[in-house]
Amino acid sequence: MTNWLHHIPILIVAVPLISAPICVLFTFGANRKAAWLWTLLVSWFAFLCSIYLLNYVLENGQISYHLGSWKPPLGIEYRIDVINAFVLLLVSGISAIAVPFGRLVVDREIEPDRQILFYTTYLLCLTGLLGVTITGDAFNIFVFLEISSLSSYVLIAMGVRSDRRALTAAYNYLILGTIGATFFVIGLGFLYMVTGTLNIMDLSDRVTHLADNKAVHAGYAFIIIGLALKMALFPMHVWLPNSYTYAPSLISIFLAATATKVSIYVLLRFLFTVFGVSFDFIPLTLIFIFLPLAIIAIFFGSIGAIFQTNIKRLFAYSSVAQIGYIAIGIALSNTIGLTAAILHIFNHALIKGALFMAAGCLVYRVGKLTTDSIRGLGKEMPWTFSALVLAGLSLIGIPTTVGFISKWYLILGIMENGWWPLIPLIVMGSLLAVVYMWKIIEAAYFFQAPQDRVPVKEVPLELLIPLWILIGCNFYFGIQADITIGISNEAATSLLDHSP
Amino acid sequence: MRHHLVLRVIAKMLIPFILLFGLYVQFHGDFGPGGGFQAGVIFAAAFILYALVFGDNQARKVIPDKALILLVPLGLILYAVTGFYGLVFGGNFLDYNVLLNSPKAGQHIGIFLVELGVGITVAAVMISIFRAYAGRTRAIDDEDW
Repeated sequence: MTNWLHHIPILIVAVPLISAPICVLFTFGANRKAAWLWTLLVSWFAFLCSIYLLNYVLENGQISYHLGSWKPPLGIEYRIDVINAFVLLLVSGISAIAVPFGRLVVDREIEPDRQILFYTTYLLCLTGLLGVTITGDAFNIFVFLEISSLSSYVLIAMGVRSDRRALTAAYNYLILGTIGATFFVIGLGFLYMVTGTLNIMDLSDRVTHLADNKAVHAGYAFIIIGLALKMALFPMHVWLPNSYTYAPSLISIFLAATATKVSIYVLLRFLFTVFGVSFDFIPLTLIFIFLPLAIIAIFFGSIGAIFQTNIKRLFAYSSVAQIGYIAIGIALSNTIGLTAAILHIFNHALIKGALFMAAGCLVYRVGKLTTDSIRGLGKEMPWTFSALVLAGLSLIGIPTTVGFISKWYLILGIMENGWWPLIPLIVMGSLLAVVYMWKIIEAAYFFQAPQDRVPVKEVPLELLIPLWILIGCNFYFGIQADITIGISNEAATSLLDHSP
Repeated sequence: MRHHLVLRVIAKMLIPFILLFGLYVQFHGDFGPGGGFQAGVIFAAAFILYALVFGDNQARKVIPDKALILLVPLGLILYAVTGFYGLVFGGNFLDYNVLLNSPKAGQHIGIFLVELGVGITVAAVMISIFRAYAGRTRAIDDEDW
């Protein structure tokens, strides 16, 4: 009686949303394992839905789903094209691989009586990120952005059992994240004041004739700054290192791989779908604001990473640098540059997911993660550290890894614009990545373990399998790169085509 | 606050009216100003007033913590189930037209159920937030004033 496939666009958001309150009800049975299993099933369901959506969109073009059967632009519309189907696949895919990894580490890191609520909040965070990506309504983006942000503040604060600094990290993120979201919604207010619509397609139609309108300029500035804060572009990255460092391992993996990426997706939507390069101020901001900030981000993040002794913090600083690469791709604003940006959104999620997962394995065995505490562990935990090395190679950009593919496309994009001086900067950024990854490798393989330390065992298979699946993806999509390049290229073309 | 006779009497008189006003705002929300969120806050205000005047322990007897943990997700589930109901019976998600025989009645019952869900969750969350702060151990005991 109902064609369920037609409803997949809403089910991918509504099922995680309703499963969160159902998960709370597990507190009455008091079974932590059931809550984990429930989260796992929901994540896999979302993953299957996103695979279906991406396939459908690649074959048949855009999907438009009308909530409550109210036609857009009045009603809320979920609109799926190649780029957001790709980001949906990324978010739900990382969740589908991180949750199986999560059971043991959550058991270790979260108080038993909080675990069910932890999984509930995780489901809400997943809902928020999926919702931001799928919706075609600008105010709906804000609502889902708040759902994902509020739940991630709580999730980060749950790292308090291992380190009380998680509380200040979460509070910092709360203040800055709220400022970002407020700027975004103020900007939307300006646009709504002038155009009278919130539907993104309608907004893009109506804003075409308003290139000289001061309110549109103000709205644009507010939106871009709000989103830059959410995506942690230098110098608005200050919330990121502490949040990723002190969050529970599962949350570090999930947020590092997805949260900033979803904000970048929204930024792309506003830059290219709503406004578009034909507006004078878009190339201006891209060249005079995004490009310099991106270059500083690469060097600040990489050099910052070199000086860290906490390994999770080191990865977090490296994330700041990687956001810089994506921002350069966006600033190029040609098809290849945007392809590189979208590729790197996906590839960096694979890399950072794997790195933080390896860090999660180390936390499981060692506890405090500093370059001193992992001395000589390379022999004792061979599988974890070889995974860490391979993910590190991918981060640096060695051929056959995903990191190489996205940097290669970035350089191609730079050559197309003729911005030659940027190429040595990119290469230098990669060399800095060699330096900070080497710090970890040196400590693990070349230093002697302290005499008095009790022997450490390799982590159980339940943690190693998801880790190695992600490492496998790093190489699979590095060798069979046609799939991701094809999708990214199509997404980039459609973004630039939309520009009026 | 056992010695504040005036407060206790006035609070006892006010609480039924606050509750009634909360219900009015809830159920009149689809015709006039109001709705689930506002109603939930007003409804919770009555319980918070009760807790302020008669003490947190007394208030916990009126609504136990377990009930709150049940009520917070219940409202959201009611909302989502209304959405899914429309989906199962041939409309899109949150399509109220198919809830009853005629679209007009369907829209009416749809908004009613969704706002009821919002009201339940908001009221329960408000009381929970209040309790999270009020439930901490007191720095100064009531007798020491």
